[in-house]
Amino acid sequence: MMEKLLLYLSRPFVYYALIVGVLIALCSSLIGVTLVLKRFSFIGDGLSHVAFGVMAIAAVLNLTNDMLIVMPGTVLCAILLLRTGQNSRIKGDAAIAMISVSALAFGYLIMNIFSTSSNLSGDVCSTLFGSTSILTLTSTEVWLCIVLSIMVVLIFILFYNKIFAVTFDEDFARASGVKAGLYNLIIAVVTAVIIVLAMNLVGSLLISALVIFPALSAMRLFKSFLSVTVFSVIISILCAFLGMIISILAGTPVGSTIVAADAAVFIICCIAGAVKGGLRR
Amino acid sequence: MSLINVEKLSVGYDGNAVEKDISFRVEGGDYLCIVGENGSGKSTLMKTLLGLIDPLAGKISFGDGLKKNEIGYLPQQTQVQKDFPASVYEVVLSGCQAHFNWRPFYNAQDKKTADMFIEQLGITDLKKRCYRELSGGQQQRVLLARALCATRKLILLDEPVAGLDPKVTEEMYELIKELNDRGTAVIMITHDIAAAIRYADHILHIGDHIFFGSREEYINSDAGSFFLKKQGGDEK
Repeated sequence: MMEKLLLYLSRPFVYYALIVGVLIALCSSLIGVTLVLKRFSFIGDGLSHVAFGVMAIAAVLNLTNDMLIVMPGTVLCAILLLRTGQNSRIKGDAAIAMISVSALAFGYLIMNIFSTSSNLSGDVCSTLFGSTSILTLTSTEVWLCIVLSIMVVLIFILFYNKIFAVTFDEDFARASGVKAGLYNLIIAVVTAVIIVLAMNLVGSLLISALVIFPALSAMRLFKSFLSVTVFSVIISILCAFLGMIISILAGTPVGSTIVAADAAVFIICCIAGAVKGGLRR
Repeated sequence: MSLINVEKLSVGYDGNAVEKDISFRVEGGDYLCIVGENGSGKSTLMKTLLGLIDPLAGKISFGDGLKKNEIGYLPQQTQVQKDFPASVYEVVLSGCQAHFNWRPFYNAQDKKTADMFIEQLGITDLKKRCYRELSGGQQQRVLLARALCATRKLILLDEPVAGLDPKVTEEMYELIKELNDRGTAVIMITHDIAAAIRYADHILHIGDHIFFGSREEYINSDAGSFFLKKQGGDEK
């Protein structure tokens, strides 16, 4: 088994996949804590469906680099969703459900009608569940992913305190002169970037899991914002790495394996949290 | 010059005024209570003062070296905070961001300020604890410390004793009085007329009739005596 692993690791496409996977896990867990606490998880979910729709358009247009259209399209939708979500709570929720489901439907419709590929259901499946695209990355895509990840991490560190303030108590932050609207916008744009990146890894249906699970797991065990953030990054990277190794060795789909690992860790954290709470009492 | 001078202010949402023609002044070291029935626009007025919503008409001017974002604010608890993982220290320190401008991180001065108010409010042994695990009274102390980190000149309190038991309520009022005695001006929204009359030196009553004046004037006014009788009758 070890030999098989070493053999795979000597191939560039495998370690490209590992690098990209770990970076995506890092970014998605960073933003995940804020999204979960701000009750913005639904934006992540909605955006992933939008990204699928935009990707379908890109596929039909036969673009060589679909990032060019998928990224701006999704960022634009993120800003729109944020606006509707803030105006009125219930209407916003419905609007997001509407946009995301129609993006999904139209995406599939467009792919079906205009498709040039011979294996349509395979294409759809790999966009939704990310099955093999992580192993077919070109070096340009890897570099793009590295650069964007570094930018996400830098933005997060630079605005960490502001993000905390806006997440914990938006009214107070606003009253003390923090430009809450601007930081909500930054959060939405960064989320869109991460979701587009993550589509390669786990596909658009499973992205939410990558964003939400590490944060929820860490919240079971830790009590300060900093420790929750750090621990959710560690969980996420670990799960992504393990998931990819297992999927290489066992031949399982990458995305599902990673999410299964995340779910397993969540259950472990729940039990550990309950035991810890029980002991204190 | 007053800290805040409000002239003929109308407050409300989307062009619909909840309350019109509010005028009052707050001087340094004042203790003003805003009283009135539910839905009379107390919280809306406070949000307007904080600049969270725009005034529909009238003018709010800040003076005496008070800048607009230098108001410490103690909001009503939000749903988000009930399961928020944050240590007491992180919460208190976040109040210092009022002085940030574009600086991204806290400096030594901020940390010293936070430590000072943590000690002053008697929550030193809670510093590393998780905010969501504290009792209601402890949480209010933490938020008060955060408000003080934002400013020492003026704090706005929105129903600071809502949901607290009588003993903790009493402690909270004493604490606020203590801060006021040290020179921090206080604006407090409250339902509790008895406490308003006991602690405040000025009262702003909003509702059908608007009244602004000193405590003595309020007790003798029509609005005040009516409201006082009603509340007294309710309680006994």
